Amino acid sequence: MKSALLKTGRLVVLAWVAWFSILAASGQSSVPAALTPTTEQRLAALEAYVNNGDPSAALKDAQGNVPVGLTVAGVGVAGPGHNGWMMTSAALVLFMTLPGLALFYGGLVRTKNVLSVLAQCLGIAGLVSILWWAFGYSLVFGKNFGSGFLGGSEFFFLKGVNSAPNTDYAYWVSHNVFSMYQMMFAIITPALIIGAIAERMKFSTLILFVTAWMFLVYFPLAHMVWGVNGFMNGVWNAGATIKAIDFAGGTVVHMSSGWSALILCLILGPRVGFGKTPMPPHSMVLCMVGTGMLWVGWYGFNAGSAVAADGIAANAFTTTTLATAVASFTWALLEKISRGKASVLGFCSGAVAGLVVVTPACGFISSTSAVLVGLLAGAVPFFACTRMKAMFKYDDALDTFGVHAVGGTLGAFITGLLANLDTNGNLSLNLKDIVGHTLWLEQLKAIAFTIVLAILATTGIALLLKAVLGLRPELEEEMQGLDLTDHGEEGYIFEQKS
Amino acid sequence: MKLVIAIIKPFKLEEVKEALAQVGVEGMTVTEVKGFGRQKGHTEIYRGSEYTVDFLPKVKIEVVVPSEIVGQVVETVVKFAKTGKIGDGKVFIVPVEDAVRIRTAERGKSAL
Repeated sequence: MKSALLKTGRLVVLAWVAWFSILAASGQSSVPAALTPTTEQRLAALEAYVNNGDPSAALKDAQGNVPVGLTVAGVGVAGPGHNGWMMTSAALVLFMTLPGLALFYGGLVRTKNVLSVLAQCLGIAGLVSILWWAFGYSLVFGKNFGSGFLGGSEFFFLKGVNSAPNTDYAYWVSHNVFSMYQMMFAIITPALIIGAIAERMKFSTLILFVTAWMFLVYFPLAHMVWGVNGFMNGVWNAGATIKAIDFAGGTVVHMSSGWSALILCLILGPRVGFGKTPMPPHSMVLCMVGTGMLWVGWYGFNAGSAVAADGIAANAFTTTTLATAVASFTWALLEKISRGKASVLGFCSGAVAGLVVVTPACGFISSTSAVLVGLLAGAVPFFACTRMKAMFKYDDALDTFGVHAVGGTLGAFITGLLANLDTNGNLSLNLKDIVGHTLWLEQLKAIAFTIVLAILATTGIALLLKAVLGLRPELEEEMQGLDLTDHGEEGYIFEQKS
Repeated sequence: MKLVIAIIKPFKLEEVKEALAQVGVEGMTVTEVKGFGRQKGHTEIYRGSEYTVDFLPKVKIEVVVPSEIVGQVVETVVKFAKTGKIGDGKVFIVPVEDAVRIRTAERGKSAL
């Protein structure tokens, strides 16, 4: 009896042991032991960090696959230097809008409308951030639609966008940092439009206009130019239909906003009293302060567009500085020659024009070319703002068209002439046969495409909103100023001394 | 009693005020004003837009004085407000019927 029990007990124990060893064995086969990278592989990953390359490149076998379980520092983890620079750049680009652009534009309007401009900048910052989180980022940088015109739905609500790098765009920058960096571009672009329509558009309608415009113009265009499978992404997409290049947003940011601004300002009509009543800037001081912030913030915009703290970023930093300084000086010099006085607004306008024109080119051109870019940037938009506007009598209140559309188009075109393989090795990937030859033709195609898209979409949205809600405030409200009528506050209240 | 209204260039105010005190003027009212005479305004240009500013800043001094010293007061203003360039301003002299000091209800010359 006792031995029988003992026998059964042993059997049970044996069965358990057998069961567990089977379990353990099956577990081992589904999760193999972590492989250890060789010292060479670990060193190669560190070198990839220094060279902004792929840390997993040295782990790949002959078939180009990384063995399961083999990993090394830098795979799935952001690199501190590159990541740090991109967070700084993102903050700098936001600084361009808040308060750089807000003050640049705010100083140029009359006292009664200063807050309306600040409110438009703040409103757009909030609105676009929400759109970006929900759909925008995914529509630009996703790819599951498999389309060159619009991204995908995989990153809706920033799903899966975490601190690990998205290697489609950067090996060493966190996906969430990349997303936030690109969001700042999405914020400033529609904010640029408000310069053309300042002092005379209802705040509520503007917010609706921007919402529709982001979906019809910005998100598709940004995907076409910067999306990894974009229709016009010449640098990274071997299958791009239009093999154009745009380093930091000549087409995406400045042309799209500038041409849309012209159309919206034409549909909106001029300010009451335009051409009869004086409408001088209420504070050239604020305007200059804003310009300085734009210039500083633009280093994040241009040098940050390398999406790494590498040599391409360093080159963009240098060309941005030179083009901007030369353009600022050139504009003021032209004023001095043509009418005797160099003005603060002239220096400011020239600086912004220089920044705009060098934007698509900065990462692709030499420092000498940047000086040429600066000269053109000081001269061509100067002509557009001082002569062309007077000739056609459209009320582009703060010269969004003259600076951003004219400057952006000029920049996109001359990028095609001045880009060179020595400055940016990435151009050799897919474009080495056309850079320095027929690239300018591709740029012209991208320019034409961008202008058509901006004009058609803006015309549609603006006419629809005009019919349904109305674009303008009542005459009396416009006369009183939008600060009081749209926002219920005043920019300046000076108390009387008692 | 006479009211002397002098419209002068703003930067001349201090000199005129001190000189008037020397000739026995004990108080005055000063207002910052804008206007134009033969000097006209100036032009401001913002990018392509040109604005003519017609009204230039001036200072208006109002002072009521006994008739005996009005000649001396006007002479002083003219002497000290003058730069010799266009836009120096004007002086107007107006008769005053009476004056009242609010605190004491004194009237006439003793109220000045």
